[in-house]
Amino acid sequence: MKRVYVDEKWCLGCHLCEYYCAFANSGKSDMVDAFKNMKLSPRIRIEEGREGAKAISFAVSCRHCDEPFCVKSCIAGAIRQEDGIVVIDSEKCVGCCTCILVCPFGALSPSQNGTMLKCELCINNAGGVPACVKGCINRAIVFEER
Amino acid sequence: MPLNYFYPDYEIDRNFMRCINCRACERQCANEVHSYSEEKRLMDCDSSKCVNCQRCVSLCPTRALRIVKTVNTFKQNYSWTQDKIGDIYRQADAGGVLLSSMGNPQQYPVYWDKILINASQVTNPSIDPLREPMETTVFLGKKPKQIERDENGKLKNNLPVHLALKLPIMFSAMSYGSISYNAHESLARAAEAMGTYYNTGEGGLHEDFYKYQNSTIVQVASGRFGVYKKYLEAGAAIEIKMGQGAKPGIGGHLPGMKIIGDISRTRMIPEGTDAISPAPHHDIYSIEDLRQLVYSLKEVTEFKKPVIVKVAAVHNIAAIASGVARSGADIIAIDGFRGGTGAAPSAIRDNVGIPIELALAGVDARLREEGIRDEVSLVIGGSVRSSADIVKAIALGADAVYIATSALIALGCHLCRSCHAGRCNWGIAAQREDLVRRLNPDIGYKRLCNLLNAWNHEIKEMMGGMGINSIEALKGNRLMLRGIGLTDAELKVLGIQHAGE
Repeated sequence: MKRVYVDEKWCLGCHLCEYYCAFANSGKSDMVDAFKNMKLSPRIRIEEGREGAKAISFAVSCRHCDEPFCVKSCIAGAIRQEDGIVVIDSEKCVGCCTCILVCPFGALSPSQNGTMLKCELCINNAGGVPACVKGCINRAIVFEER
Repeated sequence: MPLNYFYPDYEIDRNFMRCINCRACERQCANEVHSYSEEKRLMDCDSSKCVNCQRCVSLCPTRALRIVKTVNTFKQNYSWTQDKIGDIYRQADAGGVLLSSMGNPQQYPVYWDKILINASQVTNPSIDPLREPMETTVFLGKKPKQIERDENGKLKNNLPVHLALKLPIMFSAMSYGSISYNAHESLARAAEAMGTYYNTGEGGLHEDFYKYQNSTIVQVASGRFGVYKKYLEAGAAIEIKMGQGAKPGIGGHLPGMKIIGDISRTRMIPEGTDAISPAPHHDIYSIEDLRQLVYSLKEVTEFKKPVIVKVAAVHNIAAIASGVARSGADIIAIDGFRGGTGAAPSAIRDNVGIPIELALAGVDARLREEGIRDEVSLVIGGSVRSSADIVKAIALGADAVYIATSALIALGCHLCRSCHAGRCNWGIAAQREDLVRRLNPDIGYKRLCNLLNAWNHEIKEMMGGMGINSIEALKGNRLMLRGIGLTDAELKVLGIQHAGE
């Protein structure tokens, strides 16, 4: 299965992936409308090391594990796996945050309305290549079979 | 002192209606132009630090940025321009030599743009390169004087040592130190993939790049940095650098602060020492001396590698090239006055040397006159900007061209001409790890290959249009060129007729 992989060697810590992700999932047609006076809700997050020229940064998003803890732990049955992709049904999510506690990668986060957000590989929006991959300026984020 | 204040030449123009405060511009500007004001909840900027490299403009996800030339101006004066006045203020303040980078940006005639290319009509057929074979392979080196046959009448291969290029374009010398590791890797990989060569420059060859040796030209310059037997053997050819188009007659100086880690190891000098390349080679004061160096390099490498001598295009270039051709060199590389540099005194870059078009025409004519054109191949560089420039160069007599500025532009350079500051936002002319990382060689080498492929296609199209199917038949074919808007003297030097003649 094709997944999003990150090579920290090329990550510049520009955070643009976060913006392209949140924009792709905002349902808006103009990026400005998606962010003006709105809080950023990306499904991918940049982790940054110490400051300075040698600082390392990289993006973290859902790994779509073969045996996802989040699916097992979800008390509402809102998270399920479809063709390997871990997806969340926000209608069912009760906002208990159990998935946040069990995810070893910290790949889930609460949205504005309290339900959980996670990377679904852009299957419900752009399609094809995930927005973070398309938007990465240095090919640090790739979408491939490994 | 109020005279130290210069209103910025270029100003950041931010469209606050579109800015979403993502701060990508701030994170990606090594000059620290952009900042975020918590108080105003808006992005702020200091245009005086901006070098107009366009990194922020290219990255801005909402296209909220542009950089505009300021309208602030001194009183207009054709002679005392703002630049001239500004330079005097700067020098009166600091008392130093003004430095600048990349090629001569001044308004001198660009002869490429005053030469037109011919095409076939009616009386001679043009050729469609998509349907018929078209040859762009070039061999660089001495040419055999005559055909030799063995006792069975079969042709003997008597071709002297040479370089074989799949297309008439090579990457010219840029040292590791002046450009980054990732830029070097991009060039090396592209040269290998395209069947051509890149040049180490005078900074030695990084140990990781010995594996590209079949695509490498190693340079021996006046500082002799990183030169030893294994290095000379690691190249497909050896280039002796006598001069550089951007700064003829002077040497180079890489400050000690840049001689760290890998760069110090590759240059083979202690960390923190200045790498000073003298203006002359201290063992070369004549053509005879040059001949000695050419032959000692050939001897070290068992006469297996062609030797290139690179000179800057200066006033007596034809006579100089004639001497070089007799020194035993296999290839002469001539670098015109618009050639790039990582740092040069502005006064020299902007005023010394001559245009490569005139130098090339003069040298080719002189070598033909003296009957020694086949003793050497001619490679020219110094602002070869397009495939059309290459076709014109070959028709004027070049065997191949060297490109460097074009290659860097393909890698992202926006010609902001601030290489000497060491804060290249595109990861090209930088050594800071976070900046070098910005040039991913996987992307870079592909872009270089794309550029060379595109240019090679265009060269074939133009050759086909002229009814020529081999680059050899275009070489020195000045009948394929016409001048436009040139004086008699210029046409005479270029050896071409005026359009309409």
